[in-house]
Amino acid sequence: MGIEQKLGNMGVVTTTLEQVVNWTRTNSMWPMLFGLACCAIEMMAAQASDYDMSRFGMELMRASPRQSDLMIVAGRCSKKMGPVLRLLYDQMPEPKWVIAMGDCASCGGVFNNYAIFQGVDEVVPVDVYVAGCPPRPEALIHGVLTLYEKVNAEKLVPVKA
Amino acid sequence: MAQIEEIGIGQFKHLVSERALRGETMLLNMGPQHPSTHGVLRLILELDGETVINCIPDIGYLHTGVEKNMEAKTYQKAEVMTDRLDYMNTMGNNLAYVMAVEKLIDVDVPPRAQALRVILVELQRIASHLVWLGAFGLDLAAMSVFLYCFRERELVLDIFEMVSGQRMMTTYIRPGGLWRDVPVEFEKAVRDFVKLFHKRVDEYERLMTRNPIFLDRLVGIGYLDKKTALSYGVTGPMLRASGVNWDLRKATPYLGYDQYDFNIPTREEGDTYARYIVRIEELRESLRIIEQALNKLPLGPVRSDNRKFVPPPRSEIGVSMEALIHHFKLWTEGFLAPQGSIYNAVESPRGELGAFLESDGGPKPYRVHMRTPSFDNLAVLPEITKGHLVADLVAILASVDIVLGDIDR
Repeated sequence: MGIEQKLGNMGVVTTTLEQVVNWTRTNSMWPMLFGLACCAIEMMAAQASDYDMSRFGMELMRASPRQSDLMIVAGRCSKKMGPVLRLLYDQMPEPKWVIAMGDCASCGGVFNNYAIFQGVDEVVPVDVYVAGCPPRPEALIHGVLTLYEKVNAEKLVPVKA
Repeated sequence: MAQIEEIGIGQFKHLVSERALRGETMLLNMGPQHPSTHGVLRLILELDGETVINCIPDIGYLHTGVEKNMEAKTYQKAEVMTDRLDYMNTMGNNLAYVMAVEKLIDVDVPPRAQALRVILVELQRIASHLVWLGAFGLDLAAMSVFLYCFRERELVLDIFEMVSGQRMMTTYIRPGGLWRDVPVEFEKAVRDFVKLFHKRVDEYERLMTRNPIFLDRLVGIGYLDKKTALSYGVTGPMLRASGVNWDLRKATPYLGYDQYDFNIPTREEGDTYARYIVRIEELRESLRIIEQALNKLPLGPVRSDNRKFVPPPRSEIGVSMEALIHHFKLWTEGFLAPQGSIYNAVESPRGELGAFLESDGGPKPYRVHMRTPSFDNLAVLPEITKGHLVADLVAILASVDIVLGDIDR
């Protein structure tokens, strides 16, 4: 409350490294441009005019897994696609997160049959499940915000058990 | 040889040429994760420099087993599967399947339901073409078109949500009519949309139709002649862009399409630009159909009163014993369809969408097959990409308007 503030010199903010790192991670998360089925259209809608996911730091969808840190599995994952999905996940650099968007990616949805993985968590570890067939863009955005909460609670150094 | 093992296409060895096996041409893997393949299509390209010599589509990455799953469900319950086939055209898929069921069990549909079906299917055609137009723009690096198209698509989805409670997977069209009548706000919402959308189509055209970059990318690219198109079974806007005036709405009118005054846009050029023009014109024709259908929308029931096949309205269940029995029987056992096989086709935004049903007299279909337009339209891709650059391949693929859910089923 002194002359420093009037001059625009805001001084020093103290915080922890952990908070800064998590803050930057949540505000510049780059999802991979990767759609499987119906949910991909709602994912596109979430990026487009009405919902505009770039408000949450997702300006850019990267087509390459090497440049992205969030995989949104949008749609049903078939047995033929499973190895490809795993390969893409392995190609993403750490730290990385996965959102299973929609019922098919979460639990197989209406397709309880020979061709579809009953939940994409059989293939890759999933952080957030978004329900709906397909989920509304708002639901996807809610899923992303839930993921942010999770990322914000992450520790830089793993806590010993 | 080493090259083939490198990209994991050993199983396609018999499809690539001798030159590729000797290593004179380059084999390139495109997809299944690629931004311009509109889903999970994999293309194996054989390139000489930057020219595509051969293109081998590898499908099946979205194989869902829809047809097999439908055999395990009663006729009413199998309908939800059809939504998820071609997910841009959910109302149209419902319609193709439901009309096949109606033919099988011989139920008549009230006129109001017919008119509402026409309105909804045409709205769906607009929504589907809008997604196509947006993705087409994205593939040609025109980001703003995508944003405009999705803005209008939301309006259509709002109408669908109003009538059915769901944005995409509506299952609104049911055997014998509709799930229920549309709410009172429906008519105004559709009229507002139609009024607005006329101007918006002009806006897209101002952005794209005479844009020199756009023309350079499209004109003369991906030529498909009439004979090849017919021999491959290509349907829909792709066929009409090649100069064949074939639209099931005119050729074999259903839902009373013969009462509406509309044109079938056709072009003779057969290139990527012609396909674009045909789809833009179809947007306007769909608007005309919706306007006419709204103007003479009859009043009355939206569901057949044939209680052996169509569930009674909720209000009757509390007061009528018969209604309760019918309701119970229809939703537990389902109805028994007479023995026989039926094929019914409708014009989807992508072409002829047909449903084939084989009935053994039970409550579940013995065999269901969906004749999906994207499958046949994709089959012609190797023919029309030969000799073009890789960059043109992206434009051609976008103009074919494939939906992988439609292809792999």
